[in-house]
Amino acid sequence: MSVNTLKIDGQDIAVEEGATILQAAREAKIPIPTLCYLEGVSPAAACRMCLVEVKGSPKLLPACHTAALEGMEVSTNTPKLQSFRRMNMELLFAEGNHVCAVCVANGNCELQDLAIRVGMDHSRFAYRFPDRKVDMSHPQFGIDHNRCILCTRCVRVCDEIEGAHVWDVAQRGEHCFIVSGMNQPWGKVDACTSCGKCVDACPTGAIFRKGSTIGEKERDREKLSFLVTAREKQQWTR
Amino acid sequence: MDKIRFATVWLAGCSGCHMSFLDLDEWLIELAQQVDVVYSPVGSDIKTYPENVDVCLVEGGVANEDNLELLLMVRRRTKTLISFGDCAVTANVPAMRNMLGGAEPVLKRGYLELADTAPQLPHAPGIVPELLDQVLPVHQVVPVEIYMPGCPPPADRIQAVLEPLLRGETPVMEGRDMIKFG
Amino acid sequence: MDISELYRLAERGRSRRKPFRIRCCMAAGCQSSGAIAVKQVLADALSAAGLNDKVELCSVGCLRFCGHGPMIATDPDEALYERVTPENACSILGALNGESSMAPRCDGNQPFFADQLPIVLENSGQIDPSRIEDYIAVGGYESLYQVLYDLTPAETVAAITQSGLRGRGGGGYPTGLKWSTVAKMSGDQKYVICNADEGDPGAFMDRSVLESDPHRVLEGMAISGYAIGASHGFIYVRAEYPLAIQRLQKAIQQAKRYGLLGSQIFDAGFDFKIDIRIGAGAFVCGEETALIHSIEGRRGNPRPRPPYPAESGLWGCPTLINNVETFANITPIIRNGPDWFRNIGTAGSAGTKVFALTGKVQNTGLIEVPMGTTLRRIVEAMGGGVTEGRVKAVQTGGPSGGCIPAQFFDTPVDYESLQKLGTIMGSGGMIVMDDNTSMVEIAQFYMEFCREESCGKCVPCRAGTVQLHELLSKIVNHQATVVDLEHLEALCQMVQEMSLCGLGQSAPNPVLSTLRYFRDEYLARLKPSMLEEVGHHVR
Repeated sequence: MSVNTLKIDGQDIAVEEGATILQAAREAKIPIPTLCYLEGVSPAAACRMCLVEVKGSPKLLPACHTAALEGMEVSTNTPKLQSFRRMNMELLFAEGNHVCAVCVANGNCELQDLAIRVGMDHSRFAYRFPDRKVDMSHPQFGIDHNRCILCTRCVRVCDEIEGAHVWDVAQRGEHCFIVSGMNQPWGKVDACTSCGKCVDACPTGAIFRKGSTIGEKERDREKLSFLVTAREKQQWTR
Repeated sequence: MDKIRFATVWLAGCSGCHMSFLDLDEWLIELAQQVDVVYSPVGSDIKTYPENVDVCLVEGGVANEDNLELLLMVRRRTKTLISFGDCAVTANVPAMRNMLGGAEPVLKRGYLELADTAPQLPHAPGIVPELLDQVLPVHQVVPVEIYMPGCPPPADRIQAVLEPLLRGETPVMEGRDMIKFG
Repeated sequence: MDISELYRLAERGRSRRKPFRIRCCMAAGCQSSGAIAVKQVLADALSAAGLNDKVELCSVGCLRFCGHGPMIATDPDEALYERVTPENACSILGALNGESSMAPRCDGNQPFFADQLPIVLENSGQIDPSRIEDYIAVGGYESLYQVLYDLTPAETVAAITQSGLRGRGGGGYPTGLKWSTVAKMSGDQKYVICNADEGDPGAFMDRSVLESDPHRVLEGMAISGYAIGASHGFIYVRAEYPLAIQRLQKAIQQAKRYGLLGSQIFDAGFDFKIDIRIGAGAFVCGEETALIHSIEGRRGNPRPRPPYPAESGLWGCPTLINNVETFANITPIIRNGPDWFRNIGTAGSAGTKVFALTGKVQNTGLIEVPMGTTLRRIVEAMGGGVTEGRVKAVQTGGPSGGCIPAQFFDTPVDYESLQKLGTIMGSGGMIVMDDNTSMVEIAQFYMEFCREESCGKCVPCRAGTVQLHELLSKIVNHQATVVDLEHLEALCQMVQEMSLCGLGQSAPNPVLSTLRYFRDEYLARLKPSMLEEVGHHVR
C-alpha cells in the first residue's frame, strides 16, 4: 500500500493510494457537500455539489470521482464554488415540486439541509411546477416523483447492493424520471424484494414508507454501508 | 427620531405566519413601542395600505387579482419588503394547484367535479377576485429585500429579522435557525 | 488478396471506362430534390439511343452544390449541370456532342468550386460509392497495404503525429497524440470507434463523406487499428442517416469479400473487422463516453473523464475514438506523406476542413478549404454573400459554438483563431446570418436544442438549460428585466463550469458569444424593471 499526500484547503493530508478527494477530505474532517454520493455504491458524479477546484486543472472536478493524487492542491469552498453550489440548489428546488411543509422528510432531508448549508433563502429561478406522478402501488412503500431530484441513489443501491435492478432512469433531460420495472407500477414489479434499501438511500422524501406522515421519515443509512462492508470484507460489524 | 412605519400583509397563505408573529408574545409590546403599526390584519384597523411604509412583512403567495393589486401597492409604498414565510418565498402549498395547469382546471375540479350539491363556478365580479393562472412567489412579481423562509417562520426567527432592522441594520439570513424551509 | 491483385483490380477498373461519363450525384441532398428520377430518364434515353457502350452513366457522391441539386457532371468535358429535371435531363446527352443543353449549366470555375482543395472529398462526386472497384481504381486500399508492409505500428503513429492532423470532430485534439496514447496502453483487446453521430443543426459533412466515399473511412479505421493494435472497430452512425448506413453496410460487405477487412488482411498477419452501430436519436451520444455506453447497449449517458476512453473505453478496454473526417484524412496522409499534409493549412492547424455552408447564403453546399482560409473568402467569395441585405454573422460549432460578427471576417479559419473569437471550429457547420436575423432568437434556438438534448444526468445541464431557455424566451418576448439578464449571465457561467460533459459545458456558448458581440439586441428587448416602473429605488 502506498500513500499520497496532498493539500486540501491548505491542510496537509495523507491518504491511501486510490482514495478519492472526497474520502481524503472526510478523513480530515473537511466538509464537502454531496447529494448523489452514497457510501457503499458507485459514484455518479451527477449532482455536481462536490465539485472542487484543483490547482492546475482548468475544470472543476467532482471530489467523489477524482483520485487524490500526490501533491494535489485542492480548494473545496472558494467564493466561486459557493456561488455555483447555491445556484445548483436553486435549480433543483425550481425543477421539482419541493413543498417542505407537507413532506415526510421535512427536518430530515438532505436537500433541505444542503439548501441551508449553501445559504439558499430563495430561488432566483422560476419554479417549473412540473406535472409529476405519485405511485402508491407498493404495499409498504410509495414514490412521489414531485420530490425526486434524480440522484439515482435508489437505482444504484437496488442494482449494486440488492441486485434487483428495479429502478432505472427513463426519458431524458427535464423529462427524466425514475422508472420501476418495465415502466410498471412499483407494486407490479416482481423483481422488487421489498428490502427497503431505496427508502434508506433516498435523500429526500421521494421514496418513503407508507403511513409515515410529515417530518416522520427516518432512514437507516448505515445499513447500506454495513451490507457492503459485510460482503466485501466479511466484517459483520456496525 | 421618527418611529419606523411597520406593516404586515396577508396574501395567499393560511395566516399561519401571522399566528407565528403573534407568538412573539411579550416582545410584541417591545415592538409596539418602537414602531407605528400602520397596516396589518392582526395589528391595525386601517383598510388602505398607506404611503411611506418602512418595513412590511408580506405573507402568502400571489394567487388572485386582489393579491396582485395589493402587492403592487405595497411595493410602491414600502422601503423594505420582507417575503414572510414559505408561501411568499416559494408559493408553497397554494402553488400546488399550479401542477394542474391553470386556474380553470382548478376551479372545475374544486367547484364542479368535487361538488356535492349545486355544482357551479364562482363568479361575482368585484366581490370574489379572479384567480391568476399560476400562484407565484412574491419575488417573481416584485423585487424583494429580505427573504424569511419557514412554514411558518418560528417567532424567534421573526424577532431575529426585525431586531436588526429596528437598529437600522440588515439581518444576516444564514443557518438553520434563519433559512430552513418548511 | 495481395498487392498484385489489388493493382490488377485497379487497372481493370480504369480500363473499363468509356469515352463519355455522366456522373449523377446520388447523395441524400440531390436524392431529395429528385435525382433518382433524373437518372432513370437518362438511363432510358441512353438505352433508347443505343449509347450504352460509349457513355457510362454512374451514381456518384456529393458534387458540393447541394442547394442547386440535382447536380450532374459529365466527362471528359467536365461540364456541371444544376437543378436538372427529368424534362431537361436528356439534353445533357446532346451536350456531350457539343449541342447546347436545356439543363442549366453550373459554372465550375466560380470561387465556390475553384477555391476548394479536396483531400477528404477528393473522390466525392468522382467515384461510385457503392462500388469498391471504383475506390480501388483510384488507389484505394494501397495506403493500407503500404502501412502493413512498409511501416511498423509505431512508424504509422509517428507519421500521423508528424502530419499535424487534429481531430475534426470539434475539439481539435492532436490525432497523433491520441493514437500514440492508445497504442501505448497495455492490454490485448483494444477498439477503434468512428464517431459518425453528426448532430449539429445544419451540419452534413460527415454524412456526405460516408455517402460519397465510405471506403476511405474504412481504410482510415483499418490503418488506425494497425497503428494502435486493435482488431475490432465500430462505426457509430446516427439512425437519421439511412443512406450513409446503407452505403457503409455495402462497403463493409465488399471489403470483406475482397479480404480488405477481416482476418489476414493482405496476408500481413493483421486482422480488422468493422461493425456498425446505429444511434437512436440522441445528440448526447456524440459525446464519446455516452457513445461508448450506447455501443455497449446501455443508456447513452456520459460519465466523468478521466479515465479517458484511451485508457478505459469500450467494455473497459483502451479505445480510440475519431470522427469521420479525421479518419478520411488518414489515407492521403499515408499516400502523400506527412510533410505534404503539414504544408497545407496553417502552422497550428494542418490540412483542410470540410464545411457545410448553409443559412442565408447564396451558394449552399459542401466546401473543403485549406485551414487558414478567411471567413470572408468562404462567405463572400465562395458562398456568394447573402441572398438579401447584408451579412451579419456566421455561426460555427453548432450548439457548442458561437457567432462571429462580420467585422471579424478577415480572421483565418483555424482552431485557435476561432477560439479567440469565442467560438469553436466544431465539426464544420457554418451558418450564415443576414441582418434580419435576431441574434437573441438564435441563442434561444440553440438553447432549446440543448434543453431537448440534455440527457438529464447532471443538474446544471438538465435544469440549467431549462432555466436558460426560459430566460431567453422571456427576453425574446420583451418580458425580461435587467435582473433577468444578470441571472442569465450568472447561470451561463455556472452551467459552463459545472456540467458533467461537453454538451452542458458548451451549451451556454451561443448565448455568451451573442452577448459578447450583440449585447445591444438583448438590451433592446428588455422591459423596465418594476422598480424603474414605479420610480422607486431600493437600497
